[in-house]
Amino acid sequence: MPSLLFCGPKLAACGIVLSIWGVIMLSMLGIFFSAKSAVLIEDVPFTEEDIRDDKNPPQKIYGLYNQVGINCFIAAAIYVGVGAVSLCQVRLNKRQEYMVT
Amino acid sequence: MSSLFRSEEMCLVQLFFQTESAHNCISELGHLGLVQFKDLNPGVAAFQRRFVKEVKKCEEMERILSKKSTFEKLEQELREINRNHAALRQNLIELMDIDSLLRMTEDFFEEAESLLTYSEPPSEDSVFIAGVIKQERFPAFEKVLWRLFHGNFVLRHTEMQATEELQARGAVKKDVFIIFVQGDHVREKIRKVCEGFRASLYSCPKTLYERKQMSNSVMTQMEDLRMILRRTEEYRAGVLTRAAEHVQEWGSKVKKMKAIYYTLNLCNIDITQKLIVAEIWCPVSDLTLVQSALIKGSEQSGSSVTPVLNRIQTQQTPPTFNRTNTFTEGFQAIIDAYGVGTYLEINPAPYTIVTFPFLFAVMFGDCGHGLVMTLFAVWVISQAESLRKWKNEVLNDVVIGGRYIILLMGMFSIYTGLIYNDCFSKSFNIFGSSWCVRPMFHAHGNETLHEYHHLQLNPFVPGVYSGDPYVFGIDPVWNIASNKLSFLNSFKMKMSVILGVSHMLFGVALSLVNFVHFRKFQDIFLQFVPQLIFMLSLFGYLIFLILYKWCITLRSETAPSILLLFINMMLFDYQSEHVLLYRGQKGVQIFLVLTAVLMVPVLLLVKPFLIYRTRMKTRHQVGEKDHFICFLLQVSMGDIFVYQAIHTIEFCLGCISNTTSYLRLWALSLAHAELSEVLWRMVLQVGLKISSGMGSLMLVVLFAAFAVLTVTVLLIMEGLSAFLHALRLHWVEFQNKFYEGSGYKFTPLSFDSLLKTQQ
Repeated sequence: MPSLLFCGPKLAACGIVLSIWGVIMLSMLGIFFSAKSAVLIEDVPFTEEDIRDDKNPPQKIYGLYNQVGINCFIAAAIYVGVGAVSLCQVRLNKRQEYMVT
Repeated sequence: MSSLFRSEEMCLVQLFFQTESAHNCISELGHLGLVQFKDLNPGVAAFQRRFVKEVKKCEEMERILSKKSTFEKLEQELREINRNHAALRQNLIELMDIDSLLRMTEDFFEEAESLLTYSEPPSEDSVFIAGVIKQERFPAFEKVLWRLFHGNFVLRHTEMQATEELQARGAVKKDVFIIFVQGDHVREKIRKVCEGFRASLYSCPKTLYERKQMSNSVMTQMEDLRMILRRTEEYRAGVLTRAAEHVQEWGSKVKKMKAIYYTLNLCNIDITQKLIVAEIWCPVSDLTLVQSALIKGSEQSGSSVTPVLNRIQTQQTPPTFNRTNTFTEGFQAIIDAYGVGTYLEINPAPYTIVTFPFLFAVMFGDCGHGLVMTLFAVWVISQAESLRKWKNEVLNDVVIGGRYIILLMGMFSIYTGLIYNDCFSKSFNIFGSSWCVRPMFHAHGNETLHEYHHLQLNPFVPGVYSGDPYVFGIDPVWNIASNKLSFLNSFKMKMSVILGVSHMLFGVALSLVNFVHFRKFQDIFLQFVPQLIFMLSLFGYLIFLILYKWCITLRSETAPSILLLFINMMLFDYQSEHVLLYRGQKGVQIFLVLTAVLMVPVLLLVKPFLIYRTRMKTRHQVGEKDHFICFLLQVSMGDIFVYQAIHTIEFCLGCISNTTSYLRLWALSLAHAELSEVLWRMVLQVGLKISSGMGSLMLVVLFAAFAVLTVTVLLIMEGLSAFLHALRLHWVEFQNKFYEGSGYKFTPLSFDSLLKTQQ
């Protein structure tokens, strides 16, 4: 079986740190978007028509909020995967270190 | 009493000890790390000192033991061993070839003899040649022989049995062959052919008895060779392991010896050559420790006489020693980097532990970045020992030496981030905003909201502003307001001035502590009091104006600008249309300005005048004929006046320029907030605004870019910048109010620090 190792120890450690940060920050962003926080209004992609033509305000904006929130949660889940891969790389690197010495 | 507030009291001690016990005693003192040896032979050049030969010997040994040459020596030895090893192996292989050759040819000779006895009688010139050739070359070899001799020869060959030894070492397969031909002259031809095919030829005796003898001798030779090879390998392994253990030990021993001989060079040896006199600086509170170390050292060397300690009075300035632990070491280092404190001066380090991270945090103010910085510092602290092995100088000194500083900077940044309500450029709404939009426009219907893009919330309209400000920090509504910067700039500038003036007043107050300690009571009234009054009446009043304006309710259209109020105060410009903040302001301000102006001649003239008066008095008492000597011994009055004038101008103008200098607290925090917002808007928001499914993938990629840019630009670059500016504020604006910084550092003979610097 060919070696599954494709990155060195430093890159794998960076990967783990980045994934942990990504998971925490993106899931918190997802929670805040789902809570319809007003501070994040500029990050929601709404247009003039959305506000004007809304029959039942502000449900359209709320729907957009929910969409962005779900996007954040999916990104957080992808980072969990990235973190798992990095963890495997770190373990494989450690094992290779022991075998060489 | 030992504490960080002031440097320790030091004493000069004379040590007398015997020459035999010198080495051990100094070694004990080195392990203790609490004494600094004074140079008693300052006029002597380095090559003239007594122990210069020993120092040179130690240096040479150091060179020998230094990594490069040790490895060279080891390398040479190893190469020789390997060469011998290879030669022996070659011999072994040859002998093994001969051995198998002899065994194989047994059969041939039997066959040949039987053939020859049946056919022709053996002629004298029938020759045979035996040898070994690589198996792959054999067919070609046979063909060439056929062409040469046209079948007039007998060739027999078998494969050589490969033993385990040869197989393990990857030797090639070889064949044993033997050729019988008629005629002596063909021997040369065959030899040439064999050389061409790189077959090794061996002489083979004709009779059975001789062959048996040769076989036996070959056997014994092989056994010997095998034994020698084993021994060589063992020896090689032994050499390597022993060398590795000892190099480290020898290196540190040599360093210690060199330090001891260098120290001995600083001492005096008396006439009888039996006594060594040394002068050391040591803290008063550690005298007993030094004494016990000396007793231990003299006991170790077996001398009967204990060393004598003799404390002497001196007019020389002792070195400055601040006792620090791992936490306070970093802060003391950044103070000492600008100037080591004068002996027994007050030490700014304990206050720096709080004010430095705080001023850094005012410029850095973001709880998200602060959190990342704190976590990084915690990791460095937990891994400090294993990280010290990295050879990178910058990393070692800055990051590991300053790990507690970074931790405090991070924690304070979280605090100021909560006050600025800024986390990766977004605000938290924890307690509920005090501003409400609906009451502003709802009464008039929705047309105003639909038509205009920029609207203003008027706090005097009931319901818009709840009347109670946000509980902790800046109201989150400002994060989405378009005039956020106008509000924050005014707030941060005023805050910087308040922090700056407070910091400087604290510095002036510390100078009072110095005056009291050094018993310069005259200076308290001639320097401390006028400086304090000058600063308070002008800049203390400015702080009062700021705080007062913040506390009262004003309409923003008619509120007076503090800057204009201050300028008019200095220019005595009180026209009737100018709005004032409170009743009686004009009288108060005139009084304060006049007081401040009055302090300037006090600072400038009173002290030189008093010095002049004391000189006149002593001159009268001393008499006429000593005028000349007195005149020569004194500094001239002109110099004193100029010195005082410079000092006064520096303080008064410095007040204004230093206060303005503190505005960098505002400037850097503005830069940091704007960079943070740009990073969010240009990088992360692009991913958030895509509402389709692809949004999450873009978000993953863009978040990675956001994280990398945050760490490099906002944490490292801005962090270094804020660190530098906070440091400058301490070194210049704070310390020039009280710190002299003209001492020299206490450098004890300490083997721990010596060995640490080696690594």
